[in-house]
Amino acid sequence: MSEGLTPSQTVGPFLGMGLPWPDGPYVVAEGTPGAITISGRLFDGAGDPVPDGLIETWQADPAGRFDHPDDPRGAPAGGTRFRAFGRCPTAEDGSYRIITLRPGALPSPDGGPEAPHLDVSVLARGLLDRVVTRIYFADQAAANAADPVLASIADEARRATLIAAAEPGDGDSYRFDIRLQGAGETVFFDV
Amino acid sequence: MTTHPPTDLRLPNYPRAGRGVHPPLDSPGYRSTELRAPHQPLVLLPQRLTEITGPLLGPERVTAADADLTRQHPGEPLGERIIVTGRVLDSDGRPIPDTLLEVWQANAAGRYHHKVDQHPAPLDPNFSGVGRAVTDSAGRYRFITIKPGSYPWGNHYNAWRPAHIHFSMFGRAFTQRLVTQMYFPDDPLFPYDPIFNSIPDEKARQRLISKFSIDLTEPDWALAYTWDIVLRGTGQTPFEAQDGAR
Repeated sequence: MSEGLTPSQTVGPFLGMGLPWPDGPYVVAEGTPGAITISGRLFDGAGDPVPDGLIETWQADPAGRFDHPDDPRGAPAGGTRFRAFGRCPTAEDGSYRIITLRPGALPSPDGGPEAPHLDVSVLARGLLDRVVTRIYFADQAAANAADPVLASIADEARRATLIAAAEPGDGDSYRFDIRLQGAGETVFFDV
Repeated sequence: MTTHPPTDLRLPNYPRAGRGVHPPLDSPGYRSTELRAPHQPLVLLPQRLTEITGPLLGPERVTAADADLTRQHPGEPLGERIIVTGRVLDSDGRPIPDTLLEVWQANAAGRYHHKVDQHPAPLDPNFSGVGRAVTDSAGRYRFITIKPGSYPWGNHYNAWRPAHIHFSMFGRAFTQRLVTQMYFPDDPLFPYDPIFNSIPDEKARQRLISKFSIDLTEPDWALAYTWDIVLRGTGQTPFEAQDGAR
């Protein structure tokens, strides 16, 4: 039912006043055991960086659980609450960075298990509504191959836009660029 | 609560907005969409666990002072003091309690406290134009602020934005995330604004315009405007939701 829904409008160029938080990129504190870093850049259709955007992430905890009453499996075990939400404004060069924990795989009601992923909202001047994408991980090849969302994208090159590459080095850093339009355009979802 | 095996995962579903409610991403009248609107069609994402959950951000992100934008500095800001109040609901009519709202706006002269804003109108040292609030148990919110001014922008010759306040809402599920703009009644700039008019449905557009309320106006102090925000619902009445999936 969409009767009476409030329409979306752009965040405009001054979103940096109202939306970023000092602790936004830190879903967990830097140095937390098991922490990973996802970083990348946001580009427009001319290949130029988007300096007035905001990246928001939402994900399961490492056990694949959500601290949320609508997860029918109940509350996650353990004590400390995992915020599971990250937000980072893009810098002049379009870059953003999120420090978080690896999400776990998820059961799904209508098919195979979902591979570890984060849901992403991209907000920017020039976007009249958020656009939604997902971040999967290149080192989860077997899980990705069985993922129902990835499987729904027939074109392999387009599917690849959803996979964060492992950065050389410590194995805890991933790169995920987002291209709003044109060559290499990221897959965006109707959620 | 019992633990269901994966095959028994019954999840709420948030039906998508009908045509005309949200602006098309490609809206040529708003020039900045030209290089930023995706060209490929959106891929349908069936709603599963990640989509029907979401950040439950509330009181820990806000202090009581955050909802009064007129008291964030030693002096009072210039301009017309106003109250902006209303409820956050879902489209089934259910209030959304304990949910975070974030707002930002220009000052009374139409100038944002932001380095990118070069409009030659004065900054107000007593007004930052940023606020936060959490809805109460009935989904109500209330801000005290200054009526923002209109301001020119570079979209086309003699382009001016109608006065507005930016609003960001989370609801309780990823599907409900919404960022929008609240406008004021009878703004003469509505017919000329490509952002406001990017919403195809005339009735939907009108839902972004707050209403003046003499009843909520505080005598000798501040005019009041009311504005309800409606996020996507699950298409169930509250009774069905209680009785149903879980």
